[in-house]
Amino acid sequence: MNISWYIVLSALLFTIGAIGILIRRSPMVILLCLELMLNAANLALVAFSREVGNAQGQVFALVVMVIAACEVVVGLGLIVAIFRRKLPLDVDDLRELRG
Amino acid sequence: MEAVLFFLAAIGATAGAIGVVALRNPFYSVLALIAHLFSLAVLFLLLTSAFVAAAQVVVYAGAVMVLYVFVVSYVGSGHEPMLDPVPGQRLFAGLLAFFLFVEISAAVLSSALKALGTHGPDVPAGFGDPAAIGTLLLEKFLVPFEASSILLLIAAVGAIVLAGRRKQRETA
Repeated sequence: MNISWYIVLSALLFTIGAIGILIRRSPMVILLCLELMLNAANLALVAFSREVGNAQGQVFALVVMVIAACEVVVGLGLIVAIFRRKLPLDVDDLRELRG
Repeated sequence: MEAVLFFLAAIGATAGAIGVVALRNPFYSVLALIAHLFSLAVLFLLLTSAFVAAAQVVVYAGAVMVLYVFVVSYVGSGHEPMLDPVPGQRLFAGLLAFFLFVEISAAVLSSALKALGTHGPDVPAGFGDPAAIGTLLLEKFLVPFEASSILLLIAAVGAIVLAGRRKQRETA
């Protein structure tokens, strides 16, 4: 398979994740869509690594996985904290910080 | 054979991604994301990156998704209202996403990267296996490796601080 197929698939997955972030309102699903976008970027990194024939791009993908894990842990901690304070789990209602 | 496997995995990944966005129940969204991650692992294997594929399955589809399942079952699947609070939000989101897709694809495919239309160069047998990645991590990328371990530690402490019970404040 040509590498460009992988890149176009990665663009498609990134776009689907972006749609999810734009239209969903549950913070949990927004985190899931962020995961989709990070994974699309990972696919692009690994595809470019294969295109160059150099495994260093795969180390980038692993670092992105670490970042994604940190983001999930902190995000889910925030969601649990929101839930504990009996606030609505809806990004349209959580607008106290809005200017 | 490779093309068949690529298209099967690509369809699986796309279907999983659409499932994450479209399903109402967050629990089903998490399950769709797990299917998506497995399909992506197949794609990574096709790109001869065995270690990234294994890490994807073990760390992502295994550990991170279990965390999601726990939190979804703790918080419960709150029902999102079907109606858009902003009129036409879905339409605008779809249009923006379509243009984003066209833009990314055009930007990458019209770039001067000649090797994009090829299969990639022939690589030696050990390309992307755990030994090669481990050597890279511990020799060339030692500082990022240590930094990411410290980052994980900080994230774990931060999650405990954020989500932990605060006895003083609750009694006060």
